[in-house]
Amino acid sequence: MRLTRFLASRQGMIVAGGAIGAMAAALQLCGNPPNMGLCMVCFPRDIAGAIGLHRAPVVQYLRPEIMAVVFGSLIAAVAAREFRPRAGSAPIVRFLLGVFAVIGALVFLGCPWRALLRLAGGDWNSLVGIGGLVVGVGLGCVFLKRGYSLGRNHPMPWIAGCLFPAVMALFLGLLLLKTSFKEGQAIFFSQQGPGAMHASVWISLGLGLLIGMLAQRTRFCTMGALRDVLLIRDFHLLSGVVALVIAVAVVNVLAVVLSHLTSETPLTIKIGWQAMPISHANHVWNFLGMVLAGLCFALAGGCPGRQFFLTGEGDGDAAVFCCGMFVGAGITHNWFLAAAPDKMVDGVLQLGGPGGYGRIAVAVGIVFCIILGLTARPRKTA
Amino acid sequence: MSDETVDARGLSCPEPVLLSKAAIERIGRGTVDVLVDTVTSRENVARMARTLSCMVEEKEADDGSYVLSITKE
Repeated sequence: MRLTRFLASRQGMIVAGGAIGAMAAALQLCGNPPNMGLCMVCFPRDIAGAIGLHRAPVVQYLRPEIMAVVFGSLIAAVAAREFRPRAGSAPIVRFLLGVFAVIGALVFLGCPWRALLRLAGGDWNSLVGIGGLVVGVGLGCVFLKRGYSLGRNHPMPWIAGCLFPAVMALFLGLLLLKTSFKEGQAIFFSQQGPGAMHASVWISLGLGLLIGMLAQRTRFCTMGALRDVLLIRDFHLLSGVVALVIAVAVVNVLAVVLSHLTSETPLTIKIGWQAMPISHANHVWNFLGMVLAGLCFALAGGCPGRQFFLTGEGDGDAAVFCCGMFVGAGITHNWFLAAAPDKMVDGVLQLGGPGGYGRIAVAVGIVFCIILGLTARPRKTA
Repeated sequence: MSDETVDARGLSCPEPVLLSKAAIERIGRGTVDVLVDTVTSRENVARMARTLSCMVEEKEADDGSYVLSITKE
């Protein structure tokens, strides 16, 4: 009870945000890709690749962090008697919001969580993405104030609330058994590129569990942090987000300093705009990609992390959104919608960003969200 | 006896907070009863009400949902 009250307080939110940030930074130090200790879009994208929903060979890995945050949230929810299976609020809409959210985020090359990690890692392109996120969430707030609603969910049988965690357990089993259904076929494991960069399974599971538990207890939400400030001037969630960014930056700097004192090949932090790790400086599309992503998260009621944490509480609507994210990731790579990162070729910058299909997809997504925002209202009963 | 009742059960974040805030501002002075069915909604509505200097009384209903009686003087 005392812990529950503490975690619901401002101080608790700040401590939890800092702890989550430190663990996310630690995951990078333990082997996850640069400025990607934890990404709630890139990691589902890697999982989508691993199970064969796309065949981009450099981003295929059953990221255990995603399974772990769901399990951690489930454990915390059950312990606090907050596991309440519920579903039924406009599932196809939420599914498509998940699809478009991933499209937008993979044009920016990260979710709001990764944007914060990139910011704390010195990648200033994240500022443009965060600017787009603010605009997207702000537009969502306009729709919310006008009465936008996807309607009520309803209590479901307990088994309905267990199914998404069960699917995550299946994925974890496939990872631990290094399953191959047929030679050269799923389950795919990247041999190079970001998909080949990962912490040990047990570290990922352990830290992911803790992150899931803390996030569930504190209702941590990167989109909600912005939304609450814009809508009702509430800084509670934002305080946790700020603490996360500071903690990531502190861990990054400490790691560099310690490595300089103890190692012959010390770590470095790359700071700047161009050719940053798994990033591009195509500012228009960094901005617009995150406008789309932010709008989708606002209309769906939570950032991608929050959606995964909600599945641990038995929220079937969040589960549908997460399924949309997995499918959207598959579509994004199969249809060449994702952005390419910047590349340095013979010392000359080749600017990354989305191709033509990705730009069209972002435009279609924004139009879809605007139509949805304007037209989704509760039914008036006679 | 409340002046207005807001049924926010089953609604996604942040609708319970928005509906409750609108009701509190509509009545100006008096009591609004808000029905929610998750602890998160209960916490968010209560926090919003307290920032508006309202008194908040929380009760658990028989079906496991929560009733927040928010009084603005």
